[in-house]
Amino acid sequence: MKFFALKRALRDLKNNMVLHSVTVIIIALSVLIVGTFTLFSANAARVIRAWEKGVRLIVYIADGVPTADIDTLRNDISRMEGVTEVHFIDKQTALARLTERMKWQTSLLESLDHNPLPDALEVWIDPARKKWETIEMLAIHIQSSHLVADVEYGQSWLKRFSGVLNLFRFSGVMMAMVFFLAAVFIVANTIRLVFYSRHEEFRIMRLVGATDRFIKAPFYLEGLIQGAMGAVLGMAVLYAVFTALTTSIDLDAVVNTFSIEFIPAKTLFIILLCSMFAGWLGCYISLRQFLKE
Amino acid sequence: MESKAPVIRVFHVYKRYGAQTALADITLDIGQGEFIFVTGASGAGKTTLLKLLYLGEPVSEGHILVDGMNLSRIRKDRIPFLRRLFGVIFQDYNLIPNRTVFENIALVLEVAGHRPALITKKVASVLRAVGLEDRMHAYPPSLSGGEQQKITIARAIAGDPKIILADEPTGSLDEESAEDIMNLLRTLHHRGATVLIATHDRDLVRGAPARRIHLSRGRLEQEAAES
Repeated sequence: MKFFALKRALRDLKNNMVLHSVTVIIIALSVLIVGTFTLFSANAARVIRAWEKGVRLIVYIADGVPTADIDTLRNDISRMEGVTEVHFIDKQTALARLTERMKWQTSLLESLDHNPLPDALEVWIDPARKKWETIEMLAIHIQSSHLVADVEYGQSWLKRFSGVLNLFRFSGVMMAMVFFLAAVFIVANTIRLVFYSRHEEFRIMRLVGATDRFIKAPFYLEGLIQGAMGAVLGMAVLYAVFTALTTSIDLDAVVNTFSIEFIPAKTLFIILLCSMFAGWLGCYISLRQFLKE
Repeated sequence: MESKAPVIRVFHVYKRYGAQTALADITLDIGQGEFIFVTGASGAGKTTLLKLLYLGEPVSEGHILVDGMNLSRIRKDRIPFLRRLFGVIFQDYNLIPNRTVFENIALVLEVAGHRPALITKKVASVLRAVGLEDRMHAYPPSLSGGEQQKITIARAIAGDPKIILADEPTGSLDEESAEDIMNLLRTLHHRGATVLIATHDRDLVRGAPARRIHLSRGRLEQEAAES
């Protein structure tokens, strides 16, 4: 029976090629849009992960704090939960680093009559505990010491960026759901049209002993095939655009800390399965009517 | 052939379409392996009676038992299996126009779950039996009425059904073809099939060694003895 179902499904796809092509193209467009979101989101997440590795706290020591107290503070911070390393940077080292970074504008620094930079401690966080809440709590805790003038985590803007990315992901999920429903609706409509155009044929099939399952099986296969074809087409177009962009634009000039990658194989497989499920579900919804007849 | 236990039992069956009664108080037994003519004028209820047997229509009142199954109580999912007991030669052919002759006949075997190799062999065999082997790849609309009727007959006998219901099986055929088809039905009967032929063609019935049931205005008027 599976053989006949597949044979009839392929024949029907061929006989109603225009109708089925439109459905496949619409599914492909949905997959393309969802895929674009996924591609952007996955790479943005990788950017954040790469930058997060550099997150550290800079603890500025108040003026006039004796070295012994700084050592005590350093030891106290070292024992705090989530802290992996603490380095002391004295004000001379800090100025030397600043001078090195601003080597084209050294005249600005040369005009200084004293070193305005404070002594500082550079606090590195355990990557496993590197949550924004942990970093904030740690900063507040350190800030409470009277030896500390200020605590800064220079890449705090990452937190805001993460928030934007989360919103983007949420929008992506919502959009994926909308496109999923659209694909289901389109497949359901296509199957319904085909079903009604072949109503007489199914009446005859029933008269000669065909079960409902025998009649419906090819439609489910058609739904699955349409979903799979839509997913493959959508992903192929996305891959082609991705390849064209990554080869024509010098991305190293834009982002030099990591390479942009296509959607991982596992995610592609999930998108394929979701698309096929949308095709199957569209058939199921459409053929439920047939069950009631 | 000697008749055996009833394969079809009809008890006080009525069929109504709105206020109009198509069949009234029909009661009869049809034995396994019987050859029966159902005669009557147009509109007498012959086609309706055949339709009730394979559940082409439900009865309005009464009961029909086919091979032990009570059609009034049969589950919906068992109806296809009931229909596979029958080979029906429809008066209006009921061929699928956009399927080839081969595909139309093969359908009966596909729904029964036969293997493709057997289907190919069987379809060729029944087409040979009706003399249309060369039209295997033609589409029904390209065939004459007589050829379509033969294809319907080929489809009806392809699944080696237990019961053959023929509604005016020779209506569109010339005399020679009609004789061939009747001989084919008699051969199937001799192999054990129960055959019911609904016809208003008196020449077809005349002198044939078969039981005859006559319908008049939806009532079973008389049962002629087997000659």
